[in-house]
Amino acid sequence: MRAPIGPEVSAGDVLLSVEDVSLSFGGVKAVSNVSFDIRKGEIRAIIGPNGAGKTSMLNIINGFYHPQQGHITFRGKTRSKMQPHEAAYGGIARTFQNVALFRGMTALDNIMAGRTLKMHSNFFWQLLRHGPAMHEEVKHRQRVEEIIDFLKIQEIRRVPVGRLPYGLQKRVELGRALAMEPDLLLLDEPMAGMNLEEKEDMSRFVLDVNDHYGTTIALIEHDMGVVMDLSDRVVVLDHGIKIADGTPNEIKGNQAVIDAYLGVAH
Amino acid sequence: MANAAPGADTFSKLLVRNARLYGARPAMRHKDLGIWQSWTWSQSLELVRAYAVGLHRLGVKRGETIAIVGANRPKLYWSVMAAQMLGAIPVPVYADAVADELAYVLAHADVRFAAVEDQEQIDKIQSVMQRLPKLEFMVYDEKRGLRDYDHSRLRSMDDVIEDGRKALAGDPAVAAWLDNEIASGKGSDPSIILYTSGTTGTSKGVVLSNEGSIHAATDTATFDKLNESDVALAYLPLAWVGDHYLNYAQGMVSAFCMACPENADTAMQDLREIGPTFYFAPPRTLELLLTRVMIRMEDAGLIKRKLFHYFIDVARRYGERILNGQPVPITGRLLYWLGNILVYGPLKNVLGFSKVRVAYTAGEAIGPDLFNFYRSIGLNLKQLYGQTEAFLYVTAQPDGEIYSDTVGPACPNVDIRIADNGEVQFKSPGMFTGYFKDDAKTAEAMTPDGYVKTGDAGFFDEKTGHLKIIDRAKDVGRLKDGTLFPPKYIENKLKFYPNIREVVALGDQRDFVAVMLNIDLTAVGSWAERNNVVYASYQELAGHPLVYDMIAKHVAEVNRSLAADKIMAGAQIKRFLILHKELDADDGELTRTQKVRRGFIAERYAPLIKALYDGSREADISTEVTFEDGRKGVISARVKIRDMQTEPPPMERAA
Repeated sequence: MRAPIGPEVSAGDVLLSVEDVSLSFGGVKAVSNVSFDIRKGEIRAIIGPNGAGKTSMLNIINGFYHPQQGHITFRGKTRSKMQPHEAAYGGIARTFQNVALFRGMTALDNIMAGRTLKMHSNFFWQLLRHGPAMHEEVKHRQRVEEIIDFLKIQEIRRVPVGRLPYGLQKRVELGRALAMEPDLLLLDEPMAGMNLEEKEDMSRFVLDVNDHYGTTIALIEHDMGVVMDLSDRVVVLDHGIKIADGTPNEIKGNQAVIDAYLGVAH
Repeated sequence: MANAAPGADTFSKLLVRNARLYGARPAMRHKDLGIWQSWTWSQSLELVRAYAVGLHRLGVKRGETIAIVGANRPKLYWSVMAAQMLGAIPVPVYADAVADELAYVLAHADVRFAAVEDQEQIDKIQSVMQRLPKLEFMVYDEKRGLRDYDHSRLRSMDDVIEDGRKALAGDPAVAAWLDNEIASGKGSDPSIILYTSGTTGTSKGVVLSNEGSIHAATDTATFDKLNESDVALAYLPLAWVGDHYLNYAQGMVSAFCMACPENADTAMQDLREIGPTFYFAPPRTLELLLTRVMIRMEDAGLIKRKLFHYFIDVARRYGERILNGQPVPITGRLLYWLGNILVYGPLKNVLGFSKVRVAYTAGEAIGPDLFNFYRSIGLNLKQLYGQTEAFLYVTAQPDGEIYSDTVGPACPNVDIRIADNGEVQFKSPGMFTGYFKDDAKTAEAMTPDGYVKTGDAGFFDEKTGHLKIIDRAKDVGRLKDGTLFPPKYIENKLKFYPNIREVVALGDQRDFVAVMLNIDLTAVGSWAERNNVVYASYQELAGHPLVYDMIAKHVAEVNRSLAADKIMAGAQIKRFLILHKELDADDGELTRTQKVRRGFIAERYAPLIKALYDGSREADISTEVTFEDGRKGVISARVKIRDMQTEPPPMERAA
């Protein structure tokens, strides 16, 4: 097993910080000179109008994009480049704006896939599905069943996810991310396209994950009601620039944020 | 093993007996984290004893009530048992009750304690706390989300059980005290208070006694030969009399195993995994299952589909007779045997019915097609009739005497009579001792000589001696010549035809019965497509002469079946018409739960009703309709009326 990257971080301390990060695609500046931090145990929201650079920011955090400038400190270790698999080993899991599941596989198998990084028995035992591999599978299945119970998706355990309604697919995706037992969970618009009831369910799950597993959560969300209710702190991006950072209440009254969302007369 | 051991006149004593006789057999199963967990009778007893001591240490006393709120989970059933062990009275409440209903029941039942499933129920109760000054303490099963709650009046069931366990282990006097508590429970003590769902006004708390419940359950368990090797899946609401009777009481009496599903949505899969031997489902669930099977069969390959339909047809011809032990030609038996291997067996397996020995349905009228389908594939489905006040059973069909339109003869030791107004009244061992804190209502529900009034009208079928329930007694009218007129009975008979969607039967204080009906646009529409009948709207299709002919055939069949009963023969349908528009809740013609609002319809369609009774061949009508966007419009039509032949009643035919 690989050692986790960096030392353990206790609650309230900075788990991840982004310092002066910039990213551009050709001439398009997606993110410019953005700095903020995420503290252990909090729910941190990243909001902003369309095209503000929110998803780019998440992609930078989990190593999918490499910023041209600036660096990221995760668990006390600073780097400017990180590969996605390093992020995954290091304890960062994410869900995607457009559901990214194995559509032909069952919900159970999809969530089991999230345990892959934690499986250690070698390929041949796994091929035989015997001895240590079986032992390990039982152990992981136990964890996965706990997650299934936690997300209340027992009835779809054996259903191929392609046949599930969107709201449930989102939940399975969250389950797969949770199966990695992450320290930091990145949620990219977990409530997009959901109806009110599904949103309320999902909000409840996000809060429960934070409370029950103590997982630090960074989420991108458009529904302001959800953001204000869920998050401890909010960072606001607009055109790749950070325009505000603070508690939901501070953000609500911030003129720059209001202007960014409603537009200003020039 | 259904005969109660001498002295076991309370549920706690039964639990002790079961642990002694069947200690190593499973008493309870629950699917948790994807695995079926089991508890034997001796484990259950140990757990319930510890739980009871724990509850006692929190202050639960003999004679007081304790609310049980949640889905079918072992810990909630054990809460019932632990309360009963202390002589406290459990009051189960529907898990999906809204906060307001919950507050009413909890306040009315004077509960000081509540055993609840999870955070959701706690939140609900806490939101109405100001209406529940007496509620002191809640214990919960699922601790998720409750970490930050104020625990001065909350405790997890696990902690309570552990606390009781320590007390029992630490001091032998505690065990002796508990033994004494169990022994001092009397059969006449109330064992449970079940609140009626309140479809007729506010809900009433039906008090049942230990003795009565055990006697009734013993009788029916013997009737169906239930024993300790049976298994039932407890998937119907815990607070409903059906679950408490069929699973809890019968389970305690005959020591069978009760399995709790993983959650409400997995019940169908869990059913398949557990393979119960005793099964209950309301007609609606059976219909849903059948529809699902039929839809999936339509998607199957050609060979499978043909095979399925061929053998289902074989089953229709012979299955029922084979199940009833009647003579069947040898080719029929052979085909049925083959069908069982190829179709019925696998089908029952998919539905979880492979091992079912006894299955019941009740609650509403079941269509003969639906009923016969399940029987024909070899499911021993039977009907029963009962109500909360009777502790469920009043009548039940014995094996071999099954009819889709009766509910069977009186259960053992049940005395039934039909009052002059047609109302069914009964006296039974399990009948309730009264409504909780409501003597006036209790008196209202009983006759002076101690019979319970069911509020349902019915009669005994002459051929079979079975009871037939026809309608709510207050809805039953009479024709001018005094013939009984049960509108719902006639309407249901017609509605069992897929082509007919809604029916309004008329006849109270009139010369004869006439009906107005709606065709089912989907069913008749697809018939029209197959028969090259062209139509542009519901109205046009409804008025088509061929549609009238088809419906007339259905009405004639209904008349024939009505004529078979001497009592119903006079209520045959003499005239009918097909309404020019569909009855709609938006127009106030149906309630939101799709029940016909007779009074309103009588007013709105007065010209049609007048025409039905003055002999006209057709009538003009214009009605206002409300469109979905709220705009109003007027539909006018000329509606035809069809005369029907009536069949002679059975006596005249015999003469």
